[in-house]
Amino acid sequence: MAKHANETLKEASNYLRGTILDGLANAASGSLSGGDQKLTKFHGIYQQDDRDLRRERHKKKLEPVYSFMIRVRAPGGVATTKQWLEMDRIARDYASDALKITTRQTFQLHGVIKSNLKRTIYEINQAVFDTRAACGDVNRNVISNPNPMQSQVRDEVNDLANSISRHLLPRSGAYHDIWIGDEAGEQIKVTQNPPLVGEPADELEPIYGKHYLPRKFKIVIAVPPSNDVDVYAHDLGFIAILNEAQDKILGYNVTIGGGMGMTHGNEATFPRLGELMGFCTPDRVIAVAESALRVQRDHGNREDRANARVKYTVERLGVDGYRSEMEKLLGEKLEEPRPFVFEHNGDTYGWTEDHLGNWNFCLYIENGRVYDGPEYPMMTGLREIAKVHQGEFWMTTNQNLIIARIPPGEKPRIEKMLAEYGMLDSVGRSALRLHSMSCVALPSCGLALTEAQRYLPTLVTELEEVIEEAGLRHDAITIRMTGCPNGCARPYIGEIALVGKGPDTYNLYLGAGFAGDRLNKLYRSSIKNGEITAVLRPILLDYAANRLPGERFGDFTVRAGYVKASENGPGFHKDVAAV
Amino acid sequence: MSFPNLTPLNPEQQSLVGKLAAELNRDQALWLAGFFAGLGSANATADGGLSAMPPVLPSAEKRKLTILYGTESGNSEKLASAAAKTAAKYDFKVTLANMAEARLSDLGKGENLLVIVSTWGEGDPPEAATSYYEGFMSGAMPQLPGLRYSVCGLGDTSYEHFCKMGKDFDTRLAELGAIRVYDRAECDVDYQATFDCWLSGALNAFPEPESVTITAPLQGPVATSVVYDKANPYSSEILQKIVLNGTGSNKEVLHLELSLEGSGLVYEPGDALGIYPENRASDIDGVLAATGLSANAKLGDKTLGDALRHDFDITTLAPTLADKFNAIVGDASLKTLLDAEGRAELKSWIAGRQLIDLLEAYPYKSWTPESFTGILRKLTPRLYSIASSLKKHEDEVHLTIAAVRYHTHDRDRTGVASCYVADDVAVGDRIRVFLHHNNNFRLPEHDAIPVIMIGPGTGIAPFRAFIEERSARGAKGKNWLFFGEQHFSYDFLYQLEWLDYLEEGTLSELSLAFSRDQKEKIYVQDRLVERGAEIYQWLESGAHLYVCGDASRMAKDVQQALLGIIAEHGGKTPVEAKAYLDALRKAKRYQRDVY
Repeated sequence: MAKHANETLKEASNYLRGTILDGLANAASGSLSGGDQKLTKFHGIYQQDDRDLRRERHKKKLEPVYSFMIRVRAPGGVATTKQWLEMDRIARDYASDALKITTRQTFQLHGVIKSNLKRTIYEINQAVFDTRAACGDVNRNVISNPNPMQSQVRDEVNDLANSISRHLLPRSGAYHDIWIGDEAGEQIKVTQNPPLVGEPADELEPIYGKHYLPRKFKIVIAVPPSNDVDVYAHDLGFIAILNEAQDKILGYNVTIGGGMGMTHGNEATFPRLGELMGFCTPDRVIAVAESALRVQRDHGNREDRANARVKYTVERLGVDGYRSEMEKLLGEKLEEPRPFVFEHNGDTYGWTEDHLGNWNFCLYIENGRVYDGPEYPMMTGLREIAKVHQGEFWMTTNQNLIIARIPPGEKPRIEKMLAEYGMLDSVGRSALRLHSMSCVALPSCGLALTEAQRYLPTLVTELEEVIEEAGLRHDAITIRMTGCPNGCARPYIGEIALVGKGPDTYNLYLGAGFAGDRLNKLYRSSIKNGEITAVLRPILLDYAANRLPGERFGDFTVRAGYVKASENGPGFHKDVAAV
Repeated sequence: MSFPNLTPLNPEQQSLVGKLAAELNRDQALWLAGFFAGLGSANATADGGLSAMPPVLPSAEKRKLTILYGTESGNSEKLASAAAKTAAKYDFKVTLANMAEARLSDLGKGENLLVIVSTWGEGDPPEAATSYYEGFMSGAMPQLPGLRYSVCGLGDTSYEHFCKMGKDFDTRLAELGAIRVYDRAECDVDYQATFDCWLSGALNAFPEPESVTITAPLQGPVATSVVYDKANPYSSEILQKIVLNGTGSNKEVLHLELSLEGSGLVYEPGDALGIYPENRASDIDGVLAATGLSANAKLGDKTLGDALRHDFDITTLAPTLADKFNAIVGDASLKTLLDAEGRAELKSWIAGRQLIDLLEAYPYKSWTPESFTGILRKLTPRLYSIASSLKKHEDEVHLTIAAVRYHTHDRDRTGVASCYVADDVAVGDRIRVFLHHNNNFRLPEHDAIPVIMIGPGTGIAPFRAFIEERSARGAKGKNWLFFGEQHFSYDFLYQLEWLDYLEEGTLSELSLAFSRDQKEKIYVQDRLVERGAEIYQWLESGAHLYVCGDASRMAKDVQQALLGIIAEHGGKTPVEAKAYLDALRKAKRYQRDVY
């Protein structure tokens, strides 16, 4: 098989420049060339169009409504109040009057037109964020547990997320040449960390080389007992191991080979949970991350992009094989993994206090969309809070927002504002809704086969009637919906998952572990949106009546025989009952 | 085989031809027909004795082939283009038709047809081809006898309804009486080999060219005894009506395609089309209520309602109308406004008001149909710059019309003609039109001369005609278009066509100004100034300059910008710059169509 066309594209792009500048200068079309659309992903920019309007537009002799999604790099999901206000303004000046908080704990802007693209990126940079490597075949935004509970270790974890992200950034000056340089007058400094392991292969791009990675690469840091970050869903995971007093990090267990995406009808593609491969001390984390990335760089599949994620490389080399390649680069062995326990997933809503007596408020945000609804001016409310708030904003990996580090004396004021804008009540929703998550899907995502973000809230409303009937209002069940099988909302570890198959048609999966530690299994194939509640109702009622003490919904559906427990990797497709 | 009585062949020849004819298949017969016709033609030159022979077409008359495609991802489009290239090598005259914009009625006009169509989702057509597909499958689709065809479906075998579209088109074409010359191909994700095989098979399966037209002799243009003009407007069928602005726009600009078939009307780019509007029912009802008159009242040989609909202007309010009005009504307070010293106040009252406001402000109960219509002016036609070239759209005329709607003095107001077109007529209806020639807005005679066109908003209309004309003529001169509107995403009138002309090379430069996409307002005149040096260079090299659109502000601002450019880049004083522009105007190199 020949190298994938994207490999040639990257090679010929002069380190991610391509013809992006020419494309931006062409005012007649709102689109960039196909090649440049792929290259801009490395700069955090993703061309989309409103698919609802395609047909109408063509009749009107207009090209599709092309616009750009811009994803910010915000390792650990932290924004200062000043950054929040700037992102809020930029969203209103250039984007669709909304901020999206993503499952990778960062801001996304939608609907920026080409003629405004450059100044939008420039102004994001002025707000001391950038969008480098937020998409593309590189290490993506590094995510970590926002963790307001074990607050003694929070800053260390967040700093680590930032350090890893910074170390694994592409070094190419293309980003500044294209987006910042000539307008800024001065360029933002690129950190030129030399690689930590092995010999530099490429002067301009010492870690990646000019072909970058075969596919995206996702890194995560978890702090047990919470697995809110879904550590097993990522290519490379670090699980913090704390001392007995829970105030010091001794090191990190390392996981490898998780990933969600698959293709319908192709069993050679599958979701996979990451596997434990070892332990390292905090000072070695960056070197371990770099070595894992470089093994993937050299051993990942560059011919078939559907088979190029780390999980397939791990299937091929075995975890032991992958580890020994890493150890060759590191020049040392990883230690044995240490014991730990994950107890829960999802965010802890409402108020929590940290060890210094500061307060955090975790706000539920439906599908991560911060905007002013007709009766819920959330975007305005958060803007007003940001003007007086003395702490920070922390985005969570479940698309929610923590108004963090509120000094004790300020709590009443913030609480009053939360109430004034209707946000205080938002956390009193059903546990099912609070544990729901979807991707963007239609109309802007080019991959979507059907609705997700626009439909899940309606479905949850339907299901809430069943939930009330069954008395499950306060029982957390994770429900996730995506418009296609690629898995942006990490559906294959949802206890209830609906994965888009065609227009208004979904595959229904059940049986995942609540803590994100077991994949789910196909239960019904190609069911219509109108049938979903009817299919789930008897199972939810059965669960309410016959569960064991403390038994989670996902575990119950396996024990009660609705689905078989999924084995990892290729086993995902096995033992599917007649559907 | 029997011969007509008038055959010039002797019995022996008849017998020979009869024997031969019995063995011939259709293609051979047609070939021989051409062969003999050619022989006859050659003899005619030799001895002039065969002048009664029917006219003979060149023997290389190409076969017509339509390649119809429906595309989502672009694969079908790519294959259709490749098929067009290959077919050209087989000596077909190829027309490429995208289902997204093709008209169902055009299909019957072709002789040979290839269909390339992909299938999506649960057996759905490509999104842009949905309307076409639905129309094609519906009972309204006319029969297609004699059309020869073959279909190639594209799909993905991992989906249940693999190549459903290909099957549907294939089956439906057969139902409509078309002849399948080559079996349908069904391509999977790796389509190339299957496609290549199908294409060469299908192209070889179409019959060989006919070298002579046996049936109808060539005719000149159809002679029509009726001449249509302003006094005798042509009743033209609306073929297409589209709002060009995308969802989300503040604007409503219509693209109208009208038929001129059989009218004998011929226009040139730069001309305008007059439309006789009809008054809106709501305006008629308002006037009737205010005057207390009945629609059924008689006025001459028609009803008052009819007369108000077709004959009289019942909206425009001018001081002269107020004079005539008060000559009958005799209102004392209105009289003070109509006097010399009240005239200024009258004008300010009239601003933003219409006849209905006058009727309601000064109620009068003694109107008769005659007295009321006696004060009214005739309903006059409105002129619109033509947006098409006959060379691109045979027997059609296209217009670009902004629907005029506004709200003043507590009332929604509408432009009579623009909203008649926008609201009251539909595709298939007929409207009364005439041509208005405008020799002051003409492309240069010589195709090599460069052209600069400035047409924001509906001012774009004549330039669409210009570009179509220059493209059809294969004019070598460069073309630079300036266009402006509010929003790039919603108001870029005819965007897809400009993109095609840019790619084709007909459009050398396209400068755009969208005023509301960013904080600072940007207009066409700003773009002119930005490119001032090049504009001056073009003028120096003989370019013609055209401006079309809003007279009150745009045309003035553009003229100021041009004077500035000439002064700056030509090193001229303001007076010299003005003289330069005047000279251009006298030489007919600076032409304006502003309103």
